[in-house]
Amino acid sequence: MACFYDFHIHSCLSPCAENEMTPATIAGMAALNGLRMAALTDHNSCGNLPAFFEACRAYGVLPVAGIEVESAEAVHIVCLFPRIELAMAFWKNTVRPALPSIRNKPAIFGDQQFMNADDEVIGEEPILLINSTSLTLDEVADAARRAGGVPFPAHVDRPSNGLIEILGGVPPEPGFVCVEFNDSANIPALREAHPALSSLITLTNSDAHRLESIYDAVNALPIGDPEEEDDVLLERLFACLCGQK
Amino acid sequence: MQLTKIIEAMELEVLTSVTEDREVLGGYTGDLLSWVMGRAESEMLWITIMTNVNILAVASLRDLPAVLIAEAAELDEAVIAKAKEQEITLLRSPKSAYALCVELGKLLA
Repeated sequence: MACFYDFHIHSCLSPCAENEMTPATIAGMAALNGLRMAALTDHNSCGNLPAFFEACRAYGVLPVAGIEVESAEAVHIVCLFPRIELAMAFWKNTVRPALPSIRNKPAIFGDQQFMNADDEVIGEEPILLINSTSLTLDEVADAARRAGGVPFPAHVDRPSNGLIEILGGVPPEPGFVCVEFNDSANIPALREAHPALSSLITLTNSDAHRLESIYDAVNALPIGDPEEEDDVLLERLFACLCGQK
Repeated sequence: MQLTKIIEAMELEVLTSVTEDREVLGGYTGDLLSWVMGRAESEMLWITIMTNVNILAVASLRDLPAVLIAEAAELDEAVIAKAKEQEITLLRSPKSAYALCVELGKLLA
């Protein structure tokens, strides 16, 4: 058995995600799909991480704290953190203050619901989350690392909000160690077109906005036996994502 | 100037339909949705090469009279269908955003 993962999943806090994507349902689906690890990565918010962590623990899935930040250039960057507290602090101190104070219109963009682990709505985010922050790509990457996280460009094989489509290439300045593809079939062609990708650790994540999009047990990382304790795997995971052997 | 007059004068392709012949007083051009969201005003014709479905949300949020897709950029059928459903006017032209701005500027001068 291998440590299967999906590190890019949106909950009902992201306006573009289905309301059925409650943190508890995502955790249950991840378990059913045979994933050992899953990350919740809502747009510019960590508000549903506490519920996701509680639900994942109940289902025996290793929860990874995440957030998908949109840079000023409209590039999407997933940031993963080894501890939920670090992610929450990054969200509150760095991402939230950088978000323009445009209010969400649920009828146009969708609901932005905060949930608990029992599938109850406990609040609504009033500020529109699918928007660019005022932070540049480099600033997002630097701030995420300073906050103890690992940033990587999201879905580089997709035109909308992908690093390559927007900036035309893979700039060295943000110092990314990892890169995310949406579809592993796109990896060879994109690596040929952009050789800089070849030196990065490649992750393949679903960017699921609906339940059936969460990946099955197809993508794994060589961090050991899935039977190992969560703490052990988490430590190895972040060593791996930081490029350490 | 009325939107239908602009469509005729600039020979724009109408991808949906003009549900409301709004008055256009100016234009805005840009492809970063967050900028458009924060800056376009409700009498402005928005000229962009962005074709992601989120352009509809932005047009709706800012109550824009129409979205004009430049450079004949390809749109998904799903985007056009959603625009029809939300009664947002989608226009298209093979010309560049710059050329379209110049033309619109002359028309509105």
